[in-house]
Amino acid sequence: MDYFDRFAIPHPSPAIYASMVAIGLTMIAIVIGLTYFKKWGYLWSEWLTTVDHKRIGIMYLISALLMLFRGGVDALMMRAQTAVPDNKLLDAQHYNEVFTTHGVVMIIFMAMPFIYALMNLVVPLQIGARDVAFPRLNALSFWLFFMGAMLFNISFVIGGSPDAGWTSYFPLAGNDFSQSVGTNYYLIAIQIAGIGTLISGINFIATIFKMRAPGMKLMKMPMFTWTALITNAIVVFAFPVLTITLLLGTMDRLFGTHIFSMTNGGMDMLWANLFWVWGHPEVYILVLPAFGIYSEVISTFSRRNLYGYKSMVASIVIISFMSFLVWMHHFFTMGQGPLSNSIFSITTMAIAIPTGIKIFNWLLTMRKGKIEFTVPMLYSVGFIPIFTIGGVTGVMLGMASADYQYHNTMFLVAHFHYTIIPGVVFAMLAGLTYWWPKMFGFMLNERIGKWAFWFVAIGFNVTFFPMFFTGLDGQARRMYTYSEATGFGPLNMLSFAGAIGLAIGFALIVYNVYYSTRHASRDIGSDPWNARTLEWATQTPVQSYNFARTPQVDSIEAFWDYKKNGKPLFKGEIEKIHMPNNSGMPFIMSCIFFVWGFSLVFSMWIPAIITTIAIFACLAHRSFEKDDGHYVSVEEIEATEKDWEVLADENR
Amino acid sequence: MSELFPRKQVMGFVFSLVLTAAALTVYFLDVSFTVGITILLATAFVQAAVQLVGFMHVGENEDKTMIYMNIYYGLAIALFTIFGTLLIMVWDM
Repeated sequence: MDYFDRFAIPHPSPAIYASMVAIGLTMIAIVIGLTYFKKWGYLWSEWLTTVDHKRIGIMYLISALLMLFRGGVDALMMRAQTAVPDNKLLDAQHYNEVFTTHGVVMIIFMAMPFIYALMNLVVPLQIGARDVAFPRLNALSFWLFFMGAMLFNISFVIGGSPDAGWTSYFPLAGNDFSQSVGTNYYLIAIQIAGIGTLISGINFIATIFKMRAPGMKLMKMPMFTWTALITNAIVVFAFPVLTITLLLGTMDRLFGTHIFSMTNGGMDMLWANLFWVWGHPEVYILVLPAFGIYSEVISTFSRRNLYGYKSMVASIVIISFMSFLVWMHHFFTMGQGPLSNSIFSITTMAIAIPTGIKIFNWLLTMRKGKIEFTVPMLYSVGFIPIFTIGGVTGVMLGMASADYQYHNTMFLVAHFHYTIIPGVVFAMLAGLTYWWPKMFGFMLNERIGKWAFWFVAIGFNVTFFPMFFTGLDGQARRMYTYSEATGFGPLNMLSFAGAIGLAIGFALIVYNVYYSTRHASRDIGSDPWNARTLEWATQTPVQSYNFARTPQVDSIEAFWDYKKNGKPLFKGEIEKIHMPNNSGMPFIMSCIFFVWGFSLVFSMWIPAIITTIAIFACLAHRSFEKDDGHYVSVEEIEATEKDWEVLADENR
Repeated sequence: MSELFPRKQVMGFVFSLVLTAAALTVYFLDVSFTVGITILLATAFVQAAVQLVGFMHVGENEDKTMIYMNIYYGLAIALFTIFGTLLIMVWDM
């Protein structure tokens, strides 16, 4: 039995045993449900093997929402633990595990798939393409991400969760100080998901450069596509750093090297350095697509074209370059000299300038517009002041000397939540509501959506604003409790109350999905928001081949010109369409990756070697496989298009 | 006849052989660590450039500006990262 001891949890508690039972029951329920309703074949042929960018997008979306709730429960546990002084709800070890998994899940397994969900769903449609450049690689990206996420999530019931913070600084994360396999999970799960992200990055750059509709010059692309392009460029330049950093960390933990150790010539702070060489660009990977979504939403619901298109493009390009020049501001207090601190202080403050330009562009887009306060617009308008608070406190933190006061306090926690929640979560909720009818053919209920917005917005501010004060008073982050004499109690209780408000907001969003699925009208046409970009020039839900005839573009808002000035969008005859075939290989290969990762986490070398060989076998299989895709015949296209084109003409 | 002779490739091949030999001398000659690593780094980067131009056909298709832009951008990011890291971790300024 010694062999199986390694799978035991180092710090068990009733809550973890309860989760084990819950996970087991859920899995049994899923298997029984699929068998009972005879859905295995449907699941395999329509979803697991699909290479359709829209379906992959929906799978990303579901995973992201699941992870949002997992990370959200972590967050609630932390707020509940710190709500009152000397609380005994979680012990120090559990608190460490909870804040670690909260950070990793929210950044890597919630925010990243959420942006890729929307990119997958929207980018090919916005540029008038039939799919991404490499559809099968796209499926592989998703499944690698998914398996990475699942591997990370089983850590708390098998072997123990990582507990060294989401930044996982060595030497704390090294074998000497983190003896459980938790950090192995961290290193390997993120590695697997990271490979998926890197593949996506290449895929989307190729798609946007090579597959735009005729006439769509780079400077005529919709703003969301622009941000997607630049985001993926950052991914391609930043993620290799993460790959190598994680690899070096894995070498230290599994193979006994001394790269990040304090002895034998190791450089213990190099992890922090390398982590943030990736980590800071990652921040902009998350926030740039959000800027794109806001640009689309604000211009749609202000009924005006985007103000300062060229300056928007210039500012995202400048942001993407500068995002690589600021990483050291994450560790101003590590002990390097004043020259480096000054240099990085200046670059940090400089990066606020292009971001400021964007804020003013959005405000000027709204100026004199006919603003409609729909749910996506509410999130976008709410974003501007809240994100500005986050940005201004960021400049405060960017002053290296003042950072000695702020660093590692709740002030920092408040700051980055003030940027990342309006900058990512609000944007994703706005994008979700905005593109929901395109994905599913009905709209989310506006009334419930507005209630949810106010709960989320107010709950968010009540949760995080008090942290600015407790942080300035000296409450350190990542401390599992504090004494009553510190006086942090009342403000932390207020934070907890706010967190409940946020939870209610998210519960309302779930209820909204349920309510709208049952009651919303399906007769909404293909352009329910009266929008401006090409994704609305298709059927709702979108045909598998997206466009029967490739659109001809000669302005930034081709669809708007088509609607208002009657400029024809689709010319020529319908021809047969070449589409890629479905394939089970991405799914199978990712399952092998899962086993490979699991074996490495527990240092089980024989399965690790077998799965490594199997992975290479999958690659070889792909190299020799002949798959030329299939054609959709003209008759089939005409049958699909006939009903819709009549409707589209009526709606115009 | 002169169009048929792959001059660029042959030159590239000869040049890469010379570079390899130059790198190999570091092993045989008794030079200091700094000099040795400088020679290795220099020959490595020139070698990479020779391979890109001579054998991987960079600059021979319509996308060449894009490819060069990518290489220069990657180079710039790499240099900023390396010198930034040296500044922070090694030179300790």
